[in-house]
Amino acid sequence: MAVRVGVVTFPGSLDDRDAARAVRVAGAEAIPLWHGDPSLHDVDAVILPGGFSYGDYLRAGAIARFSPVMESIIAGARDGLPVLGICNGFQVLCESHLLPGALVGNVGRKFVCKPQQLRVENASTEWTTAYRAGQQITIPLKNMDGCYVADDRTLDELEGEGRVVVRYVSGNPNGSYRDIAGITNQAGNVVGLMPHPEHALDDLTGTGADGLGFFLGIAGAVVTA
Amino acid sequence: MTSTASLDTVEAAEASPDRQQPWAELGMAEDEYRRVRDILGRRPTSAELAIYSVMWSEHCSYKSSRVHLRQFGEKAPKTDALLVGMGENAGVVDAGDGWAVTFKIESHNHPSYVEPYQGAATGVGGIVRDILTMGARPIGVMDSLRFGPLDAPDTARVLPGVVAGVGGYGNCLGLPNVGGEVVFDDCYTGNPLVNALCVGAMRTDGIKLAKADGPGNKVVLFGARTGGDGIGGASVLASATFDDAKPSKRPSVQVGDPFAEKVLIECCLEIFAQDLVVGIQDLGAAGLSCATTELAAAGTGGMDVDLDVVPLRDPTLVPEEILMSESQERMMAVVTPEQLDAFLAVCAKWDVTATVIGTVTDTGRLRMRWHGEVIVDIPPRTAAHEGPVYERPIERPHDQDVLIQHDGRNLPRPRTPAELRTAVLRMVASPNLADKSWITDQYDRFVLGNTVLAQPEDAGMIRLDESTQRGIAISVDGNSRYTRLDPYTGAQLALAEAYRNVATTGARPLAVSDCLNFGSPEDPAVMWQFSEAVRGLADGCLALGTPVTGGNVSFYNQTGTTAIHPTPVIAVLGVIDDVSRRTRQGFVTDGALVYLLGDTKDEFGGSEWAYATHGFLGGTPPQVDLEREKLLADILINASRDGLIDSAHDLAEGGLVQALVEACLLGHAGVRVTLPEDADPFVALFSESAGRAIVSVPRSEEIRFTDMCSARGLPHARIGVVDVLETALNVQGQFSVSLRELRSAWTSTLPARFA
Repeated sequence: MAVRVGVVTFPGSLDDRDAARAVRVAGAEAIPLWHGDPSLHDVDAVILPGGFSYGDYLRAGAIARFSPVMESIIAGARDGLPVLGICNGFQVLCESHLLPGALVGNVGRKFVCKPQQLRVENASTEWTTAYRAGQQITIPLKNMDGCYVADDRTLDELEGEGRVVVRYVSGNPNGSYRDIAGITNQAGNVVGLMPHPEHALDDLTGTGADGLGFFLGIAGAVVTA
Repeated sequence: MTSTASLDTVEAAEASPDRQQPWAELGMAEDEYRRVRDILGRRPTSAELAIYSVMWSEHCSYKSSRVHLRQFGEKAPKTDALLVGMGENAGVVDAGDGWAVTFKIESHNHPSYVEPYQGAATGVGGIVRDILTMGARPIGVMDSLRFGPLDAPDTARVLPGVVAGVGGYGNCLGLPNVGGEVVFDDCYTGNPLVNALCVGAMRTDGIKLAKADGPGNKVVLFGARTGGDGIGGASVLASATFDDAKPSKRPSVQVGDPFAEKVLIECCLEIFAQDLVVGIQDLGAAGLSCATTELAAAGTGGMDVDLDVVPLRDPTLVPEEILMSESQERMMAVVTPEQLDAFLAVCAKWDVTATVIGTVTDTGRLRMRWHGEVIVDIPPRTAAHEGPVYERPIERPHDQDVLIQHDGRNLPRPRTPAELRTAVLRMVASPNLADKSWITDQYDRFVLGNTVLAQPEDAGMIRLDESTQRGIAISVDGNSRYTRLDPYTGAQLALAEAYRNVATTGARPLAVSDCLNFGSPEDPAVMWQFSEAVRGLADGCLALGTPVTGGNVSFYNQTGTTAIHPTPVIAVLGVIDDVSRRTRQGFVTDGALVYLLGDTKDEFGGSEWAYATHGFLGGTPPQVDLEREKLLADILINASRDGLIDSAHDLAEGGLVQALVEACLLGHAGVRVTLPEDADPFVALFSESAGRAIVSVPRSEEIRFTDMCSARGLPHARIGVVDVLETALNVQGQFSVSLRELRSAWTSTLPARFA
């Protein structure tokens, strides 16, 4: 039976269809989850997609974390449910304290949309097993608030524990501390990513197929778990 | 709350026929005001005056342009491709396999000058609602932007705000921005042009129309609350009628909230999917005045509205202001009583405010009440469709002959290889030809996952259907220098370029939308430009078989008495059966043969070279041959489908060498070029003759490709070879420039100014 991956739609979610497509392309089943419905509908994993949930009012992700579906996701994540937050989803995970640090405005003060080179630093999270450590990939980056910040102790801890999942290479596009593009929690089930792997499934509509691994990873990882 | 004592009711209007009314301050001519009195048989109430003044404005009534725009209907080519023609919120094109596509381009020039960010943002928001109103899911946006010179102080003020506004709104809606144009010219100093396009898709049985049918059906206003933004002239009425203190600092430019619009889009699409509306209309220019009069006029003919139940952001708004407010993110639907609960339930799911404000009637009257008192009682057609129509005086500008006679033949041209090389580098770095990534990297082009081509490709391409790979391509083009020299030909050249750009991607051009940006219609010289441009465009659309489906006219683009160059911006939409067969513009295959298609003549009137090098405008623009354009398009489409070419790029501003540079830089491949022996190298490289493209042909396909061109009679000349190892543009016997040097020149211009 195909792995069931929930994709949450908040008011203002934009890349929910793209994330669902990526799940399907990877061979899993995409289950729509609604922000107002606390039920996770027996999914095996959850994706918080990109966008501007609740208009990014107050702060990006600040309101979404209080939605009914997030209460269930936060509880699930603490029990080991694999959760991937992409862009706005990463912001929601930080606001939910499932991941440390925060995402603030790009240092250039502009929205940045471009293909971005990354290095996979940790290929053993639930979402990155399809990659190998050190592998360089290119997937789109597109955001306004993509600058990852945290205090030095947290950054040292993230690096010391191998919890930096992907790093920007060939130039830091937004001022993120220590070139961090994605991190994971201690258990490795919760991953936050600023770039958009769901927009890199093929050459026709994306920047190549380098993003597919995140979805293949979860499709495989959950099956074997 | 407004005291009803100061309310101008129909009863009061009848009792006080001689009261002075501020029609002039509202922009009405005296005979227009007289006509309103004749229609009503009494003086209008101030609310009625508000409605007529905005509905009969140039912007809403097309009173100066209408006599000319009729040609788009009269000369419309016969086509099966059109499902909905002009007159609705947007035209709808049959894209095959049961897909219907709707697109439209519209201006938001003046607001973008006053408040660049919000002006541009709400320009995007407005055109997206037009597309949504047709029943379509919006699937992409494009933008055509024109500013003063790159180094002008005002450009530094306006451009970053406009770009951030286009991006900020479109990105937050989750709509990919797939292309457009950015042009710098002295004539736009103090009057930038911001034209925004949206395209949407639906199944052919899902098309919705703006009409209020069926007496007893409910009129529902939903979306954002009505506020005091974008009211403009209504303040005159307020101050003339009321003297109580009002919030004074209200923005004349509307303020957008893309989050509200995103939610509204999803809400509407769910409503459409459940088939819960009889008719629907967005609230744009002239707000509630426009929506109520147009819906009523197009339907059974009457409507009763309780204006006091309209949800307000500012409770001090008076009826006249509510009628004229251009608050964004609002829609109006006509819903049967049986479906009302289901409609309201969908709105509640998306947290969208929805209020029943009225009922459809068969009285033939639009009646509005304010706390029970009748303040509007008019035949809606008279406001919506029977506004004044003017035949403005037309006169060829006095300087037109001088402009044409000073043809620039004496301008010093580069001759030696060294001079040509210098000219290439200077042209590539000139503001109009330089790389626009500084702008387009602020737009999301990936969202929705169906973007096949985006800027800087010749056209944007979007997949409609993942299972069949059917898709569409759109290009937006204009060249106001050509149009200034010859408006008839200039409009056709813009059309031809957009048409050609669609064909270079492999899509077949089907339909046109236009945004006509001109100076004051009260200036006979401007009206001559307008009438010539419209005539040229209508004749051109007939010749190419691509009907105009809708668009927008923007007059009064001028500073003092100096008008902008006449600027028709033309969008062409095409369809492609299989987007995986699309042709890109970058060179990809080592050893592929580069062919130049079409004829090159010594044509520099209105050229980028004359403008960028000498600041010169004069002569006649390139000739246009629409039969040749059709043939070229046909060859490009067939060659793409049959795999005979692996790149194609349209030739336009900057000529052959600009196209070669872009093909090299985008493909990361060099090219060795051999110009025809008898050619003047400068003319060959920089001429802007129309009807041309370069293609690269894999060696294995050369004979099939040249046979096809020969059989169809399309001039084709082998001018070079793609050479990946060369890493340079090498024009043999002339000069060589490394791709590194070209890329540096091409990409530095905008960041140096704005970063």
